[in-house]
Amino acid sequence: MEKKNWPLWEIFIRSRQGLSHRHVGSLHAADAEMAVENARDVYTRRQEGASIWVVPASAITASSPDEKSVLFDPADDKVYRHPTFYDLPDEIKHM
Amino acid sequence: MNARFEYLLRLGDDALIMGQQLGLWTGHGPVLEEDIALTNIGLDQIGQARAWLTLAGRCEEKGRDEDQLAYFRPPAEFRNALLCERPNGHFGDTITRQFLFDAYATELHAGLCHSEDSEIAAIARKSAKESAYHLRHSRAWMIRLGDGTEESHHKLQNSLNEIMPYAEDLFYTDTVTALAASEGWGIDPSSLRDAWDTHVEEMLKESGLNRPQSTAEQTGGRMGQHSEQLSQLLKEMQVLPRTYPNAEW
Repeated sequence: MEKKNWPLWEIFIRSRQGLSHRHVGSLHAADAEMAVENARDVYTRRQEGASIWVVPASAITASSPDEKSVLFDPADDKVYRHPTFYDLPDEIKHM
Repeated sequence: MNARFEYLLRLGDDALIMGQQLGLWTGHGPVLEEDIALTNIGLDQIGQARAWLTLAGRCEEKGRDEDQLAYFRPPAEFRNALLCERPNGHFGDTITRQFLFDAYATELHAGLCHSEDSEIAAIARKSAKESAYHLRHSRAWMIRLGDGTEESHHKLQNSLNEIMPYAEDLFYTDTVTALAASEGWGIDPSSLRDAWDTHVEEMLKESGLNRPQSTAEQTGGRMGQHSEQLSQLLKEMQVLPRTYPNAEW
């Protein structure tokens, strides 16, 4: 019998304190419903999560490592893009 | 007879045997992710068993704790339904047994949340969330395999034909269940039958599986009449504490 691997899914979890979903890893599942259940069992056993997203790994388009210098190096000498020249009031959270 | 003790033993033994059976899948699941899922569900059920058996021991008032009840009773003193001790077989057999049990446990725990006994209600509230998830998991597999390939459908239909008659034991009624219901601390299992049947019907409809032709329904577990399978299972589960009583790690 031919044994095919199930599709790969990328898993994103929003933690209890977290504001956004973060990538935590990947797993195999036959369909989206199974991917959510597997993610629940694999990545939220120790109360890590409040919400789960699953995305087919094949749906993700990644930047190429070869383009690293072209994409990212130009930002190196542009310190003025960082908001470090302002005094932040204490009440402003999550900056 | 101490009816509350008997009733709690049934709840505890069902959960204990189901959990132990799933534990046997550890390292043998069809894929890593499902291996973890089965083990998680098994651990939930062992946790439920601990709570029920601890409470049973207290009701008995003979000083027996969860360990003594789990490890030092012979098969004839176990009160689990016959469904629970059906062998693991292949993955489809395990999932079928699990689904038939989860559909029952979900309704049972939801009902027991309203028990007059606050301790029973508290354990039920915790268990109800777990069982609802277990049902979601096993139900999805029934549909996935029933509505899968020709081979998976055929295998699952055979599992259902073979295992479903043993589900009858879950709905066994006697003086214990009658008293539990009339005094309001427990549930008459036959009152769960319609809701259970609805779960089964919906699963059949979505999976394309057929309801097995009614064959001789199997009961006896609540009276301690068990199959050889339970003896084998208990032998393995009990060997360590019986060989080294009071061992700690």
